[in-house]
Amino acid sequence: MKQPVPWARAAAMLAALLLLTACERPPAYYTQGGYRGTAMADVQNPRTFQAKVDANVVPDPSPAADPGGPKATEVYKNVQVLGDLSAGQFTRVMVAITGWVAPQQGCLYCHNPANFADDSLYTKKVARRMLQMTRRVNSDWQSHVQKTGVTCYTCHRGNPVPARIWFKDPGPRTAQGLAGNKFGQNTPAREIGLTSLPFDPFTNYLDQHEQIRMASTTALPSGDHQSIKQTEWTYALMIHFSKSLGVNCTYCHNSRAFASWAQSPPQRSTAWYGIRMVRDINNVYMNSLVDVFPDYRKGVTGDVAKTYCATCHQGVYKPLLGVSMAKDYPELQGPSPEAAEAPAAKPAEVAAR
Amino acid sequence: MSMLSFERKYRVRGGTLLGGDLFDFWVGPFFVGFFGVTTIFFAALGTALLIYGASLGSTWNIWQISIAPPDLHYGLALAPLKEGGIWQVVTVCALGAFISWALREVEICNKLGMGYHVPVAFGFAIFAFTSLNVIRPMLLGAWGHGFPYGILSHLDWVSNTGYQYLHFHYNPAHMLAITFFFTTCLALALHGSLVLSSTNPGEGEVVKTPEHEDTYFRDFVGYSIGTLGIHRLGLVLALNAVFWSAVCIILSGPFWTRGWPEWWNWWLDLPIWR
Repeated sequence: MKQPVPWARAAAMLAALLLLTACERPPAYYTQGGYRGTAMADVQNPRTFQAKVDANVVPDPSPAADPGGPKATEVYKNVQVLGDLSAGQFTRVMVAITGWVAPQQGCLYCHNPANFADDSLYTKKVARRMLQMTRRVNSDWQSHVQKTGVTCYTCHRGNPVPARIWFKDPGPRTAQGLAGNKFGQNTPAREIGLTSLPFDPFTNYLDQHEQIRMASTTALPSGDHQSIKQTEWTYALMIHFSKSLGVNCTYCHNSRAFASWAQSPPQRSTAWYGIRMVRDINNVYMNSLVDVFPDYRKGVTGDVAKTYCATCHQGVYKPLLGVSMAKDYPELQGPSPEAAEAPAAKPAEVAAR
Repeated sequence: MSMLSFERKYRVRGGTLLGGDLFDFWVGPFFVGFFGVTTIFFAALGTALLIYGASLGSTWNIWQISIAPPDLHYGLALAPLKEGGIWQVVTVCALGAFISWALREVEICNKLGMGYHVPVAFGFAIFAFTSLNVIRPMLLGAWGHGFPYGILSHLDWVSNTGYQYLHFHYNPAHMLAITFFFTTCLALALHGSLVLSSTNPGEGEVVKTPEHEDTYFRDFVGYSIGTLGIHRLGLVLALNAVFWSAVCIILSGPFWTRGWPEWWNWWLDLPIWR
């Protein structure tokens, strides 16, 4: 009888091992997201999803403070943002922020121990701007955050600098001229799921206001000059959305007509407002801190840290799996002074293609 | 329909799997058999149900008629007829008709004393359909994962199912399947053109032999697989195309829930350099 070839058996075992280790096992969890039979569905592996559940445990709220009594401005000096709070509420939110943002460093991460009202530490100035931003998001961007709202913990999760932020990426150094210009492609980046798509779609779309949609509305060429190149920028951004929210394309789009609002799930509208909210946060709040941040907190091009979907979402479709921390902190719900400065979504942008 | 002069002697009784002599006869050129009758039964019932389903829908536009599977919450249970039940019965009818057709092929093989290559090959096509609408839905725990019966709606299903895994072209089994499909076309085109070229010589030339065909390919690419070999190759290519198609959809969902581009991270994560 013919002996089996040893190397063939070894190769078959290696191939089987690869298939087993590179794949997952059933069952998978599906959530139907459209009419039956349309394959609009969210797919999750319950075993890997458990890790996300464990990573999104919300800290217990501290006991509510009395809104009555003396105002914070009467008790403390240099209170510029939270002046409408009582001293009790003010102290409560300060303690909460310490736990959310600087649990190891404590009060002195932002405050001068000799004089807590002093603004000499850059972190205190940043924190003040971030409080304004939080109130702005909770009051003016309910189109995206709904009544769930945000707190410092939504992004910070116990880190002085949120774990998921971005800077402008000039890319690797290349030769001069056409030969060296890869147009951002074929340099796998974690932020875009290690695809060969352009590695920095954020500068154009989430800092500047470039048009994201590129689908033509006519069957034949008729003045639409959107290129394949632009399409790949858009796809890179969409891969980031997908990775940040842990969802697939059908969560927001019916792929038979990506651009059609009438055929899209409602989540797409929420995402549309989210894009405008992130632009607002980056332009009005983060970029305003360019002279406040020290150089070692800036990116290689000297820009400040900016936000994108992953900053809050961190791999799940609703930050902290939809648990509202903000409802326990009315201190973060106040009016935002910027409301008049920067209008929310421009209706012209909706109409513009 | 007229019968070829040599055909009658092959039309012999026996070789049936079920029913004995009951349906062992021909209608015109067609062998009937027990499984011919079951094929007609399932095909007629399934088609009637599709027409009934279409009559409940919003359109008679042939492109837009769609018979959709049940909602996912029905799981692997039976759904009400008008909420996916029709799809479930039609799926049973389709499988009944396909398998009957394959068994009828087996009976014809028996009568002629031939190998079972044709029913085996058709079995791969049945396996592909079963993968999509039976095996994968059962692994995922709901009939609602099957594709809807409709000309455009099943294409929408394909598109959305692809986008559930972000970019389906990165599915390794899909890559193999596409490659085998294209290679099947290449092999068939080369084989068909070669045979026609030797049987259609120029004006005044005689029809050429298989030796000419072999010589042509030896001159052309240095090797000829031969007259029988090309058919073995064609079958292997075609069956692989269908087989890997079935594998690529069974993997998607039951054995992989993320984007297919990400699957290839096993390469970046190899312990040699990670």
